[in-house]
Amino acid sequence: MTAASPPAAAGPVSRPHRREPAFELRQRYGGWADKPGFLGALSTVDHKRIGRRFIVSAFAFFVLGGILAALMRLQLARPDSALIGPDLYNQLFTTHGTTMMFLFAVPIMQAMAVYIVPLMVGARNIAFPRLAAYAYWIYLFGGVMLYAALVLDVGPDAGWFSYTPLAGPEYGVGKRSDFWAQLITFTEVSGLVVSVQLIVTIFKLRAPGMVLTRIPLLVWTMLVTSFMIIFAMPAVMVASTSLILDRLVGTHFFNPAEGGDALLWQHLFWFFGHPEVYFIFLPGLGFVSTIVGTFARRPVFGYVAIVLSLIATGFFAFGLWVHHMFATNVPELGKSFFTAASMVIAIPTATQIFCWIATLWTGRIVWRTPLLFIVGFFLILVLGGLTGIMLAAVPLDLQIHDTFFVVAHLHYVLIGGAVFPLFGAFYYWFPKFTGRLLDERLGRWNFWLFFIGFNVAFFPMHILGLQGMPRRIYTYAADTGWGPLNLISSLGAFTIALSVLLFIVNVAWSAKRGLQAGRDPWGASTLEWATDSPPPPGNFHPPLAVAGREPLWEEGGIAGRVDGLHDDPPELLVTSLLDATPQHRIVFPTPTIWPLVAAIATTVLFIGSIFTPWAIVWGSIPVAITLIGWFWPSKDETLKHRKVEVKP
Amino acid sequence: MTAPVTPFADRPAVIDAAPLPSFAFGHKSLMWWGTLGMMAIEGMAFALAAVMYFYIWSRARAWPPDVLPPELRWGSLNLLILLVSTIPNEYTKRAAERFDLRGVRIGLVACILFGIAFIGVRALEFTTLNVYWDTNAYGSAVYLLLGLHTVHLVTDVADSVVLAVLMFTDRIEGSRFADASENAMYWYFVVAAWLPIYAILYLAPRWM
Repeated sequence: MTAASPPAAAGPVSRPHRREPAFELRQRYGGWADKPGFLGALSTVDHKRIGRRFIVSAFAFFVLGGILAALMRLQLARPDSALIGPDLYNQLFTTHGTTMMFLFAVPIMQAMAVYIVPLMVGARNIAFPRLAAYAYWIYLFGGVMLYAALVLDVGPDAGWFSYTPLAGPEYGVGKRSDFWAQLITFTEVSGLVVSVQLIVTIFKLRAPGMVLTRIPLLVWTMLVTSFMIIFAMPAVMVASTSLILDRLVGTHFFNPAEGGDALLWQHLFWFFGHPEVYFIFLPGLGFVSTIVGTFARRPVFGYVAIVLSLIATGFFAFGLWVHHMFATNVPELGKSFFTAASMVIAIPTATQIFCWIATLWTGRIVWRTPLLFIVGFFLILVLGGLTGIMLAAVPLDLQIHDTFFVVAHLHYVLIGGAVFPLFGAFYYWFPKFTGRLLDERLGRWNFWLFFIGFNVAFFPMHILGLQGMPRRIYTYAADTGWGPLNLISSLGAFTIALSVLLFIVNVAWSAKRGLQAGRDPWGASTLEWATDSPPPPGNFHPPLAVAGREPLWEEGGIAGRVDGLHDDPPELLVTSLLDATPQHRIVFPTPTIWPLVAAIATTVLFIGSIFTPWAIVWGSIPVAITLIGWFWPSKDETLKHRKVEVKP
Repeated sequence: MTAPVTPFADRPAVIDAAPLPSFAFGHKSLMWWGTLGMMAIEGMAFALAAVMYFYIWSRARAWPPDVLPPELRWGSLNLLILLVSTIPNEYTKRAAERFDLRGVRIGLVACILFGIAFIGVRALEFTTLNVYWDTNAYGSAVYLLLGLHTVHLVTDVADSVVLAVLMFTDRIEGSRFADASENAMYWYFVVAAWLPIYAILYLAPRWM
């Protein structure tokens, strides 16, 4: 249990970190270390190991969703293509959208947060780490279920937003939509618990001295995002539960014949679905703020304005959902309100963009790959924002609703707004994850192929949409004249695929042979760079206290250290919410296999309930048993805890 | 409890955490915040289920459509039981916060007895709703609201049983008392959630 090995020596350091605190590192990690071997890997509660596998899994789903997209582009590359039939095509676009939204975009942002946020706030682990392990397993099993369903020809086929009545019992025969509804349950359970963990980590586990105005901008974005998830995700859970009840036990929520309403589905779905766009986008903005600050070599301009913009975006995002429903019979006055709200939300986004421009303008820019991706983000997002303003206008929306114009718009916003900053973030934090830098030359190829490929793939879709090409058709006739632009678009899609392949090669190569990073290869300012790369179990030995917003850039930014915390049992310092003064110690949960076992029991319940409502009754028994096993303390633990106990 | 060293010194300062308490009650505790987060999520789910109820109502010509509203007696009895249960609940919370093991044991057992009583009455409630989940959309909405609340009742009583059993073993440490205090907070949430749900299911169809 007790690993007595000394902390790994920091490799050759690319630049001296002048303000490294002159304290000796602890000689051992005590209760922070994992058990060895395979069982140890399955029972880890270290946020870094969980975060890393969360990131890798979400990226694997990104690749799978990308392969589905490539198949669709292959089919659409020429008119009257008979490569893929309509039934499979329906499953492909549904699974593609579902994967990208529920298995990639939201989870990977949370996964990055699970890794980075505790380090950035100077904590030794994430709050409720066993729950983090559970959240990861449940997410993984849900994703595997979706792809198992697709391979068995029961992949969902009613679109990623699964509108009723198409997805209801009358038209959605078989089990396809049930797999979709349960995938939602899996991913939402995972997303919700991670949000609670992030909020508690940010509220209560910050380093002493990290008052509210010293919280890094990325951490602010993750905080706002987590709050949004807490208030938005229950809507899709209630919706998908109602859908599966309609299909399984004959309720009538969405059945107009018995007093239900199909449109109720759209309200519930988009009450979640529009905020969802922002909880993909806001963490992207956090990456941008971090990377812009580091590579402009100065603190980001307008900290307070940016934080307030983030919070404003979080609120406005809940007032936009009806703009997805302009083509339905909602009242005209309501449409005007939602048009106005959709325009207003551009203001806080623009505020941030101007702050970043000011930062870059007045900084000393260092051109590295992460910053390239951020510049790509600017260009693509602005284009996506412009088409967003077009779509927010009701008359225009009615004209181009359900055409490829919308496909172009949403990919400009989501890939531009989230995936480009995400790739920038991969390049930026990879050295922290692995101790080695990603290769710069491959990185530039990766960026340029992605940037060019993206625009070649998606820009023509604007024109195709304006020419009237509808979404979600598996083929089109030659005399429509859509063939050439579709071919160009498909070529762009394969350029993106090549670029992602290069990224994977870069990761595989650099993880073994990349340049040694040392603690702080970019000369960055935040706390995660004040510990080794990769950080040891328990992150900070000893934990630090800060006295500045950019602790590694400011003289005296690292104001002190925390002594007197035990390593066995592992202990953490809890600080107050507003001004981060020390409140108490807390003994942290140790590694255990129970979260995995509980996740397996939960998976049996969720998948069983696709087929029979009794699975909820009988399936809850093993879930309860595993949760009790998880909670039940051992005699050893209790004695250990009592030894270090001080009553309040 | 005093904060030992100010972290704002201009040169490295040492914060000695050893004399600090090793757990805390209320808003200083991580689990208190975690519980609050779960309450926010579940409260949102309750609110949305209520929204669905009224949305379906807005689409109906009469309410309840073609059936009688749920009978008042069992639901109202449960309202009473839930309100009275806050007395042993508050007793448990206070006992926990003064580390009174005997008091916590007595309080938890009393809470569990109340819990069993209203799960029993809840079963009777389901028999007097005058509608089934598959009768019409109104019935579906009623079952969703009542079902959601019942899940919370059952899980909270199960939680309390586990905690109570633990309190009778030798696995007791100081932070168990914080657990008991937070368990009581969650029980207040389940009680508080019932007030609007009761009003929606039983009173609104009669008075609105």
